[in-house]
Amino acid sequence: MPLLEISNLKKSFVAPDGSKHVVVSVERFALAEKSLVALEGESGSGKTTFLHLIAGILTPDSGSINLAGREMSGLNESARDRLRATTIGYIFQTFNLLQGYTCLENVLLGMSFGPGANRAGAEALLKRVGLGGRLAHYPRQLSTGQQQRVAVARALANRPKLVLADEPTGNLDLKNARESLALIREACKEEGAALLLVSHDREVLSQFDDVQKFVQLNQGVRTEVPA
Amino acid sequence: MTIWLIVFKSLRQHALSTSVTALSIALAGGLLMSVWAVKEQSRATFTGVNAGFDAVLGARGSKLQLVLNAIFHLEASPGNLNWNDYLDIQKNPNVELAVPLAVGDNYRGYRLAGTTLDLFTRAEYAPGQRYSVAPGGRLFDPTLREAVVGSFAARKLGLKPGDTFHPFHGLIFDEKNQHSETYLVVGVLKPSNTPADRVIWIPLEGIQRMSGHDPKAATDISAVLVKLRAGSAIAGFHLDMLYNKQGNRLTFAWPIGRVMAELFDKIGWFDRVLALIAYLVAIVATASILAGIYNSMNERRREIAILRALGAHRGTILSTILLEAASISALGMLAAFAIYLVIVTAVAAIMRAQTGVVLEPLRFNPVMFWAPLALITLGALAGIIPALKAYRTDVAENLSPIS
Repeated sequence: MPLLEISNLKKSFVAPDGSKHVVVSVERFALAEKSLVALEGESGSGKTTFLHLIAGILTPDSGSINLAGREMSGLNESARDRLRATTIGYIFQTFNLLQGYTCLENVLLGMSFGPGANRAGAEALLKRVGLGGRLAHYPRQLSTGQQQRVAVARALANRPKLVLADEPTGNLDLKNARESLALIREACKEEGAALLLVSHDREVLSQFDDVQKFVQLNQGVRTEVPA
Repeated sequence: MTIWLIVFKSLRQHALSTSVTALSIALAGGLLMSVWAVKEQSRATFTGVNAGFDAVLGARGSKLQLVLNAIFHLEASPGNLNWNDYLDIQKNPNVELAVPLAVGDNYRGYRLAGTTLDLFTRAEYAPGQRYSVAPGGRLFDPTLREAVVGSFAARKLGLKPGDTFHPFHGLIFDEKNQHSETYLVVGVLKPSNTPADRVIWIPLEGIQRMSGHDPKAATDISAVLVKLRAGSAIAGFHLDMLYNKQGNRLTFAWPIGRVMAELFDKIGWFDRVLALIAYLVAIVATASILAGIYNSMNERRREIAILRALGAHRGTILSTILLEAASISALGMLAAFAIYLVIVTAVAAIMRAQTGVVLEPLRFNPVMFWAPLALITLGALAGIIPALKAYRTDVAENLSPIS
């Protein structure tokens, strides 16, 4: 059974004028355990919404998301939070590090909503991403590349089965983007986590054997005007 | 642990507003505890202080003025009574002890009180405790111009055995009104923490016959301190009837505690005004917690969204904000105890200087328990509205930077 199995997933938003915008409409998508898959898509194609739905941050209008053997639609919000904390690691384009927290605290906080904070584990992770000497640094004291590495360490903190990466290199220069991507891929392989990465960057996509076009996967971004 | 870390970080991130809000809570809490403690302690102390006597006999007039004058050595005497009045009540079978008192002079603002040695040798200002002279001194000789000085007055005036002084006429110090008599200090009383500590005690005749006093009133006295015989509860009623109802020349102030309680009932509005101010400060402080945290919610939406994306439940976020509000109150209440100590110590010093009555700032009062509890609860309640705002934060919408 795949780690992630999606069928007939739909998500729409209602605009202020009352029109309904269908942003995600995915008939079928599956992701095997430990696989590394990239989704190619342009900005505004609904990629981020798709990842938010998988992470349980958004709830779909209809359809099924089965993650690690658990059907998301059958879970209440609290259970979805728990599932997200224990099963998913999320890497954002803007890193989303907590600015008032040190590198170590950012990782520890990620752990604390999952199996529990483990200082030694957090330190080891930061060491793994090359920030062993920056534990007490605040995000503002780090370069963007280093911040991204903290975000990677935090995403892997709870040994997730699935890592979602939303344009993880979008804010990095070419050199940092390559290093960061390599780090994410290696770390996922080492941790045995599947990776679902979305990007519109061909340089990034070229690193993946399995690249799917989101525009083909997503049946349509369209607007339905109410009758 | 996680919640505490988030609360700590947030308090530190908003250190200025946290400090200002905590300070206003501290002010409210300190004021509230001070008003309460001073009110209750002073009421208990003033109504409990009776110098070991049950009643005061004096000239016709206000019972309160009589008690304030004879027991607390405040206020002017309502008038004089003659020696025979003293002898009459002294002989009353229901009276165990009657001690005459004469006032009318001072030394640099500290009042001179003329009395007999009975005050020192027979009266007990508290059960088992008599006024006694500190080592190196002795009681005055009733036939000589000698003085025994209360401990507080001695310290303030720098008087010690062997010193001499000239009394001044009246109860208010005026350099022009100096008497020619010279008094020798023969002893200093050990501290009794009663109004007697502020008095310079001299023989009764010293006041009566001071130069410049009316010779016709040479045997008059200001008041008689009366101790009734134990077990003769009816005696007070009897004397009350005799002097207050049947007679119209004298006033029998009995029981002393009730007279003072009436004073506190009369000035109770003052406590209530102070308490009201404290409540208002508490409300304003609580509102500032609400406003402070609520206003910070906009800048914290992203942080909350990140925490939620990491797996924090809505309830965790709600609890964090409530705990943060309660923590600001708790920090404020810690400082409130310092403010309380400053206020009550200052009030106690003023009260001791003015009345001789001693307040104990460190004595436990239930307000020290319920005021912090109430203000911390109030603080937590103030956090409900911002907490609900945090609870409802849209995660997906706020995960991107707020520009």
